[in-house]
Amino acid sequence: MTTGISKRISSIQFALLSPDEIRSMSQVKVITADTYDDDGYPIERGLMDLHMGVIEPGLKCATCFGKVDECPGHFGHIELAMPVVHVGFIKEIKIFLEATCSSCGRIKLTLDQMEKYKHKIERFDFSLSDPENIGLVSKRITDDATRRKICPHCNAPQKTVILDKPTTFREEGIKVTPKEIRERLERIPNEDLLFFGMNSTVARPEWMVLTVLPVPPINVRPSITLETGERSEDDLTHKLVDIIRISQRLRESRDNGSPQLIIEDLWDLLQFHVTTYFDNQTAGIPPARHRSGRPLKTLVQRLKGKDGRFRSNLSGKRVNFSARTVISPEPFLSVNEVGVPEKAARELTIPVIVTQFNIESIREIVRVGPEARDEFNRYQAGANYIIRPDGRRIKVTAQNAEENSKKIDITWTVERQLMEGDIVLFNRQPSLHRMSMMAHTVRIMQGQTFRFNLAVCTPYNADFDGDEMNLHVIQKEEARAEARIIMKVQEQIMSPRFGGPIIGGIHDHITSMFLLTHKNPVFTEDETVHMLSYVEPAKLPEFHLVDGKKMFSGRDIFSSILPDGLNLKYKSKLCSGATEKCEYEDRPEDIFVTIDNGKMTTGTIDETSLGPFSGVIIDKIFRSLGPEEASKFVDRMTRLAVGFITMRGFSTGITDYDIPKMAVERIKEIGRDAEAKIDQLIKVYKDGLLESLPGRSVEETLEIEILRITGEARDGSGSVASQYLGMTNPSVIMARSGARAKMLNIAEVAGMVGQQSVRGGRINRGYTDRTLPHFKRGDIGAAARGFVISSYKSGLNPIEYFMHSIGGREGLVDIAVRTSRSGYMQRRLINAFEDLKVDDDRKVQDTIGSIVQFTYGEDGIDPTRSDSGESLDLDYVIYNLDKRGKK
Amino acid sequence: MTKINVLKHDMVPEHQIVGKDEEERVLKELKIGKDLLPRINRFDPAIKALEEINGPIDDDTLIRITRKSPTAGISVYYRVVEGGLFK
Repeated sequence: MTTGISKRISSIQFALLSPDEIRSMSQVKVITADTYDDDGYPIERGLMDLHMGVIEPGLKCATCFGKVDECPGHFGHIELAMPVVHVGFIKEIKIFLEATCSSCGRIKLTLDQMEKYKHKIERFDFSLSDPENIGLVSKRITDDATRRKICPHCNAPQKTVILDKPTTFREEGIKVTPKEIRERLERIPNEDLLFFGMNSTVARPEWMVLTVLPVPPINVRPSITLETGERSEDDLTHKLVDIIRISQRLRESRDNGSPQLIIEDLWDLLQFHVTTYFDNQTAGIPPARHRSGRPLKTLVQRLKGKDGRFRSNLSGKRVNFSARTVISPEPFLSVNEVGVPEKAARELTIPVIVTQFNIESIREIVRVGPEARDEFNRYQAGANYIIRPDGRRIKVTAQNAEENSKKIDITWTVERQLMEGDIVLFNRQPSLHRMSMMAHTVRIMQGQTFRFNLAVCTPYNADFDGDEMNLHVIQKEEARAEARIIMKVQEQIMSPRFGGPIIGGIHDHITSMFLLTHKNPVFTEDETVHMLSYVEPAKLPEFHLVDGKKMFSGRDIFSSILPDGLNLKYKSKLCSGATEKCEYEDRPEDIFVTIDNGKMTTGTIDETSLGPFSGVIIDKIFRSLGPEEASKFVDRMTRLAVGFITMRGFSTGITDYDIPKMAVERIKEIGRDAEAKIDQLIKVYKDGLLESLPGRSVEETLEIEILRITGEARDGSGSVASQYLGMTNPSVIMARSGARAKMLNIAEVAGMVGQQSVRGGRINRGYTDRTLPHFKRGDIGAAARGFVISSYKSGLNPIEYFMHSIGGREGLVDIAVRTSRSGYMQRRLINAFEDLKVDDDRKVQDTIGSIVQFTYGEDGIDPTRSDSGESLDLDYVIYNLDKRGKK
Repeated sequence: MTKINVLKHDMVPEHQIVGKDEEERVLKELKIGKDLLPRINRFDPAIKALEEINGPIDDDTLIRITRKSPTAGISVYYRVVEGGLFK
């Protein structure tokens, strides 16, 4: 392997191609528009001339005598019958025409001005300065020159040049032909080019008008042979054919003295073809089309945009050793693992160099062949290819496996199939943060999908409604080591976004742990053993005797998955969010979680303890005991959660929202009251008696007041409903534990859906002065503006349903608009910041070394290791010191 | 119109001219050449205000800016006065 640098770029220069240069780099002057003769052999001096390279195996390049893969391709050229302007330089040509004299060719500046400006522009070194700065200075100079109406050198009066887009120039309505343009540009003396920011040693303005056109090598525009044997030419070749044809006709017409009108038409046609050859999306001209009606993909289209060379081929390359398939959950895997289907594992390989230390085991891998299974018919890694030291690849088949296993020797390479324990990268797009691509160890599994622990759904933002993910097999030892140390899931538990864990229990995990610890229920030995059988605990938790039976408390069972040496005290979310008096307020036993040396004594485990983004326990285990322990805790927690909740059973249905008739009546009454209040308010407003709030108009005040009333009505009905929906209700358990949904959603189902809104206000769109034709014009009452009194359970009436749909649609549109806009914003930020780095003094520098920040984030703190952005969690430290002191 | 000293404005951080001796020390501490430091235009209102107090300021003078920082409390920045074009 060669790693040395053979060539180094010392400088790059941008210049214009002169006609002479085009001719001298050309290997052939193309004169015929035809490509191949009847035998399918390239026609000499045609567009497929062998001097420009070969694409057919068997033929040799006429220039370098190389075969297909050896010849890099060579340019040819076309002599245009008449000059045409280059679309890419239209702006520059215009500046030159405007700023110079049409008769003497000098820049329209007085000698004094020239002297003055010369100083200004000579300050720049053309090969080193920022082109933007040069551009700004030359713009000022040329603007000055353009404004002058009479040439200061020859006193010739100047006409204004107008650019008739895209490529025609006019002077007082009369067309200036490209030939004329070229002649004028030729007259500009070299000394004057300085003022335009043009370096006269490498470029001349007249070269922006083409007389010769380079023909790209055949490799750039290969023709393809269809299955039918038909030849299909590249779009560029088609365009070049057009150019040659028109150029020839133009030459003939000119030479045999055709009428000026015909010549001009042909000339314009040539200009059109050359223009579309460069850019087929030039504004103002119809795009050239293929026979099928598809617009041709010419030079600019090849480079530009999402499917262009830069974004599609250079920034985004296809890779080998990768797999993509649907994902599904597997709670029995560790967060660090990924289940890989056998089918994928057989295709994905890792190159292993044979050494004296591994030769025996590698021989065995080769011997078992590419479809290997062990005595229990389980997957076994085989080898797909072996590579000899000279680079020859030999495919391993079931037939030659035995033989090949004997052949291999030290320094050979074997491409081994994926094995349990291999480290791979796993990724879900869009890759918005670094946790979108993490390293997992492989578990080979039955089936067709990738599988992983549910706790890693959050960092990947994945769900299982058909999501697909990508897997990459690392090919080098260094990369594998790096992935293991810094990319493994356990190393990525802490998010640099907010300095807390991004991995944690979701939905059922939280519900389950909540049920296990809330009010500390007790379980029989059988139950305990059953749920702990999911987690492989070291020993059974402590028991106490109740009626002579061994009983285990929920908190003790939870303690069995906590690591030793963990001391914690914090408040759970049980009481937060409750606006009125919380039923647990007087029960600190339930609210405050205390963990003493890995033993939980009080409190309720909920989202605050385990959830992603909050997870206090995971956070503290990671900080004090490291990633290994943290990932082990997550593994055991998710398993215990599944074990317990499958044993206990947990479900919710519409009957869970049943409330007594009395309560339903009460809620209806609240709705009617709200409507009455709104009517009253509207009446006051219509009588002109409503007093406006400071800084608001009367109308705004009315709206604010109505929104307040509707809000109160919804909250009121919600609290009525929740009086009958206690902690035994599954939906309430989910809402209060933070597993899913909010109390508000429950209020919507059982109580009242409430006011629907668009852009923060009541619904106010549709017909003139009304939302629906069911209402009178100018009706601003509750129902007419989208107040929904019904609950989801009782069902909405048609008008309410319509209003609700309006509000719901806004949410959907918002999400769609927001994601696309913030996605682009983020893309620009990433592109701007991608090559900044923090050095060992914590300075932030760009690639040149210029300073962006003197200390990273001004405080030099790595947000990943911070505590929610703070450098230290003092309470926790003191609590732990206190604990240690007591011992 | 009354003239306002921008440096006294609440939102404008403290600007100080760094003397030649100190400058050497600062650059040594930062382990960096002067050309790599951020720049400040010589026509920047803060520089103009400083000029009114201290007399003309040459190009390439080092300016220390002491800002209030939400993360670190106080953060110190350096900028080099640059004349010439402004975009």
